[in-house]
Amino acid sequence: MSENTVSRRRAIGFAGAGVAGVLGATAVGASFFADKSEKSSAPAISDAVAFHGATQAGIVTPAQDRLHFVAFDVLTKDRAELVQMLKDWTAAAARMTAGQDAGPVGATAGILEAPPDDTGEAIGLPPSGLTLTIGFGPTLFRDASGKDRFGLAARKPAALADLPPFPGDALDPAISGGDICVQACANDPQVAVHAIRNLARIGMGVVSVRWSQLGFGRTSSTSTSQATPRNLFGFKDGTANLKAEEADLLKQHLWVQPGDGPDWMAGGSYAVTRKIRMMIETWDRTSLGEQETIIGRTKGEGAALGQAKEFDEIDLVSKNGAGDPLIPVDAHVRLAHPDTNSGAHLLRRGYNFVDGSDGLGRLNAGLFFIAYQRDPRTHFVPIQTSLARHDAMNEYTRHVSSALWACPPGVSGPDDFWGRALFA
Amino acid sequence: MRRTPLILSLVAISAVAACGSKSDTKPDAGSGGPITVKASDTACEVAKNQLDAGTHVFAIANKGSKVTEFYVYAEGDRVMGEVENITPGLSRELRVELPAGTYQTACKPGMVGNGIRNALTVSGSAAALSQDAALAQAVTSYTSYVVSQSEALVQKTGDFVTAVKAGDLAKAKQLYPVARTYYERIEPVAESFGDLDPKIDGREDGATAELPFTGFHKLEKDLWVTKDVSKDGAIADQLLADVKDLVAKAKAEKLTPLQLANGAKELLDEVATSKITGEEERYSHTDLWDFAANVDGSQAAVAALRPTLQQRNPELVKQIDTAFTNVDNELAKYRDGDGWKLQNQLNQEQLKGLSDVINALAEPISKIAGVIAQK
Repeated sequence: MSENTVSRRRAIGFAGAGVAGVLGATAVGASFFADKSEKSSAPAISDAVAFHGATQAGIVTPAQDRLHFVAFDVLTKDRAELVQMLKDWTAAAARMTAGQDAGPVGATAGILEAPPDDTGEAIGLPPSGLTLTIGFGPTLFRDASGKDRFGLAARKPAALADLPPFPGDALDPAISGGDICVQACANDPQVAVHAIRNLARIGMGVVSVRWSQLGFGRTSSTSTSQATPRNLFGFKDGTANLKAEEADLLKQHLWVQPGDGPDWMAGGSYAVTRKIRMMIETWDRTSLGEQETIIGRTKGEGAALGQAKEFDEIDLVSKNGAGDPLIPVDAHVRLAHPDTNSGAHLLRRGYNFVDGSDGLGRLNAGLFFIAYQRDPRTHFVPIQTSLARHDAMNEYTRHVSSALWACPPGVSGPDDFWGRALFA
Repeated sequence: MRRTPLILSLVAISAVAACGSKSDTKPDAGSGGPITVKASDTACEVAKNQLDAGTHVFAIANKGSKVTEFYVYAEGDRVMGEVENITPGLSRELRVELPAGTYQTACKPGMVGNGIRNALTVSGSAAALSQDAALAQAVTSYTSYVVSQSEALVQKTGDFVTAVKAGDLAKAKQLYPVARTYYERIEPVAESFGDLDPKIDGREDGATAELPFTGFHKLEKDLWVTKDVSKDGAIADQLLADVKDLVAKAKAEKLTPLQLANGAKELLDEVATSKITGEEERYSHTDLWDFAANVDGSQAAVAALRPTLQQRNPELVKQIDTAFTNVDNELAKYRDGDGWKLQNQLNQEQLKGLSDVINALAEPISKIAGVIAQK
């Protein structure tokens, strides 16, 4: 925490000034298109997001533009070694989210004979809104054979029950599940990748990367200060998403409340991640009218069918002149809407991905879906069960990976660490 | 400037003296002449298990049916002395200086595995080495390892080349991974000699007009893919000549403690980048032989540095020991007789398992250079 940590910081002033103009333009855009504009004190996209807090950053934090998500398998059988790594990770995460090097020595200040404690590709880059969010998977508590690996089995929340198989799932086990995840979100892809790379380096030998995913464009707004982005189907995504400003709904649907399960999860949230491949080429051959009918919104404005504006209240009851519902019974917005799902809201935080092409001349592209919630059993599972059965969009999507994570509450301060209450 | 030559010549004299007495059987210290070692395929009978500190001579007689080796190990398998390639019926001597401490002797029938071990206790007074002396000792110890591996490399490459030139494909294929083992163990040293490494160990995609595709891998391709070595006589001769040239240079090389530390890490990087992927032995798929040899070589370098590491960072030594054990256990799953399964017989999950243990080992090993460099 000394001189060299300032070196990356020092560059921020300049870089920050450069991007402030870009942010200004975005904010204006948001107020122009969206009728709710609360961009009062929006931070610059180059600024740091506080790491310490009652809840983890990276959940209701206004969704950044870039993602690097990683799932680890735990290799060690030694609980103390795992705890030490979580402490080391937490210290590195606090530093990196503040725009500092991963280790106290830094990328270039150490002796020439030893490898540096930071990899260096973020030198000169501002914090870029980096958030690092940790989650624990079901297999950390018990392995596939039911063995209690680290004496944590009694602390496994009931809500962390394996997701049931859904109709049409085409899951690849190699990119599903995992013992620990870290979600890195930032407004600069290099900053997000730097963070994950350094955590993987620090954890080498204790954990091993199981799979990881890059995402290049947010597909949800998690704050009313943000404009609604578009997914790769070309539609606005996340209009009706749960947002940071909706305190009552967040308490009811997002944050685990005391008494919901084990105390260590109070103030946390459960994340479901699904890699959803989109059949881009066949979608692109689909007529505009059919695309809008499948989604249930207009492609341009993003208004629910039958409405004029994006944020106009959706009408799931009225019928059109032909006697059909304004929103078809198999439209995506209807099936995903809280009113169709006993009021269940998800906080979605997904990202577009393109992993090159697939060797058959098709883009290997889609949506890396991330949704946070208070209890997957009452939220994601019933919603996805209904979507998997009836959603007209299924013809154009394949779920190829799936994972479930218990994301603990925030790290309270320098003496706290990721998983402290779980391992206490 | 005046003093330097004097000191050098003193060192030279003592070195000559030591070499000279190698074949004489009289030990300087200890008593009762050489300690006899009766080695067979299943036993390793060492006449004594208690010795006084000082220089001792072991006389090893191979009564078994397999080629054997004899080692004296200090803690952490640091090689104090070794003789390799003791063929059945032959007797060889090992002269070794042993300060007070606990050791293990080992015979390795078939020249593989951990060997048949016996405890050896050496008592008496021996001054603890100073920090610099400990590092100098590390270099001496590792250099003797390089020399012993080099000698075996020349011999095994000679056997391999003979089989190739005789057109005995089956025998040549059997000897190929064995000869390569000795090369892979000392690869960082071997690689330091300009264009010898590409001539001996170059791959087809690295060949240029000046440095055409020759050496081990050219013969590998002809043995496994072309299945015709009838035109490879000149290449085989050149390989042996290059190996001899390399060995002469390796023996004369003055290493530094930092080179040992970096070599230990480079060997594991070799494993990670070209052995697990099957890139090195793309025709024969004998990559696991190289894998084991790289790990052996890394372990030898670490063992030589052990006294210094133990003093400066005992926690790191513990981590490294555990990580080496994990690598050995993971690799042991793929033993096949005296050798190893083929790389392409392992599935992705098994390769990931090997990759994980190598990464777990390379991480603490990458810290050794920093520890050695600090005063």
